[in-house]
Amino acid sequence: MAQFESLISANKRNSVFLVILFALFICALGAALGWALWGDPRAAIPSIAIALVIALVTGLSGYYAGPKAVLALSKARPIAKHDDPELHNVVEELTLASGLPMPRLYLIDTPAMNAFATGRDPEHAHIAVTRGLRERLSRDQLQGVLAHELSHVKNYDIRFMTLMAVLVGTVVMLAHIGTRAMWFGGGRRRRSSGEGGGAVMLVVLVVAIVLAIVAPILARLIQMAVSRQREFLADASAAHMTRYPEGLASALEVLEGDAHEMPQANGANAHLFIHEPRMARSGRRKSHGRWWSSHPPIAERVQRLRSLGSIGA
Amino acid sequence: MGGFLVLVVLLVILGGGVVVLGLWLMLTYNGLVKLRNQVKNAWSQIDVQLKRRYDLIPNLIETVKGYASHERETLEQVVQARQRGIDASNVKEQQEAENMITGALRQLFALSEAYPDLKANQNFMQLQEELASTENKIGFARQYYNDTVQTFNTRQQQFPANMVAGMLGFEASDFFEIEEPEAREVPKVEF
Repeated sequence: MAQFESLISANKRNSVFLVILFALFICALGAALGWALWGDPRAAIPSIAIALVIALVTGLSGYYAGPKAVLALSKARPIAKHDDPELHNVVEELTLASGLPMPRLYLIDTPAMNAFATGRDPEHAHIAVTRGLRERLSRDQLQGVLAHELSHVKNYDIRFMTLMAVLVGTVVMLAHIGTRAMWFGGGRRRRSSGEGGGAVMLVVLVVAIVLAIVAPILARLIQMAVSRQREFLADASAAHMTRYPEGLASALEVLEGDAHEMPQANGANAHLFIHEPRMARSGRRKSHGRWWSSHPPIAERVQRLRSLGSIGA
Repeated sequence: MGGFLVLVVLLVILGGGVVVLGLWLMLTYNGLVKLRNQVKNAWSQIDVQLKRRYDLIPNLIETVKGYASHERETLEQVVQARQRGIDASNVKEQQEAENMITGALRQLFALSEAYPDLKANQNFMQLQEELASTENKIGFARQYYNDTVQTFNTRQQQFPANMVAGMLGFEASDFFEIEEPEAREVPKVEF
């Protein structure tokens, strides 16, 4: 039991650490841009504020309206208990194990094997499974997958990933504002202030340009790192919930072998699924480098789960 | 004049300290109440699931009788085991009865193999699923209960809450333990 809890709390600590890193990163970017453009690092504060507000508005509207949009986009149909008693029972068993309220369940009519969870908190949670997944997994494997999804709900991952999206959006917006300002003669005040050390200012300008280009890329990388972190956390929480890591581990192995495409998956909602869905655009799985992937490699997830062994209550 | 000022400052600090202490006490107390209620709730959830099984069984008996009425012995075993569960007056008796019910149900479902009409009966299949799931639910409810007990016990034993937990009336709860070692070997139920 103890190893689960230390796994889970280590994961949560890492997430907090990454968010702080991000916030510092935003401040550093703003300071560099402000200094380069207006000779004063603090001049970027209004820009940061604007960028943050825009990103917040986009993020929050996604947070509240998101679930319905994602479900509609995936053509997910609600399933009542009498439509599929076994599925409902499997989830109900998990709600008893975790103390969570019962989420709403949906079915996506595709042979591809996948599942996702959405919703802003445990009281407003929705979990969808594809027909392919529902039909091809055993009861234990199905329960493992659903425990993983329910863990995303339990750990408030939707909320957390929305926060990440807001932070990334802020960085992108800030870099955008910064490059526009530089392009349209932002160096005015710098020259007229007549400060000495023109060479220093040139270096600062170069650094600012590099940052403005690199920052959005870096932000995205951090976002993906956080997403992978939360996936490991969801796996650990799922194993703790079922006390049977092998269920999820064997399910992941089956999922890895699934060659079907998810017709409605795209970059925006990819991170909600249990494993990276194949995109319809390319015939084979989009070649995500390790660092760009929203999910850790399945082999590593399976290995971590199996190293937990069979846990007694 | 200076002395008066010192007095005021001291009183403010003291007052602030009292407020902080009061706030901490309130938060600690409320936290422990919440955890203790979770434990109580989790315990009652176990009973809910046990009762659910008792309620499902009569329906099952009737359905089976419709197809296999001369399998009297097996049916009787289920009925008796159920009654023992309902009549159980302590946890030990409860657990004994439950193992009996599980065993008797297993025999009943094994028997259904010989009656293809029964096996294909919609009602029977639904009951089979419901009963299997209810067994799992009982197991998970107990698991959750133990988890809440652990959380509660840890909180009231850790510093600094342990200093006041006793005074505020919070005692450690008992874990739910399986009395018989054989019962531990039954994690997943498949009929």
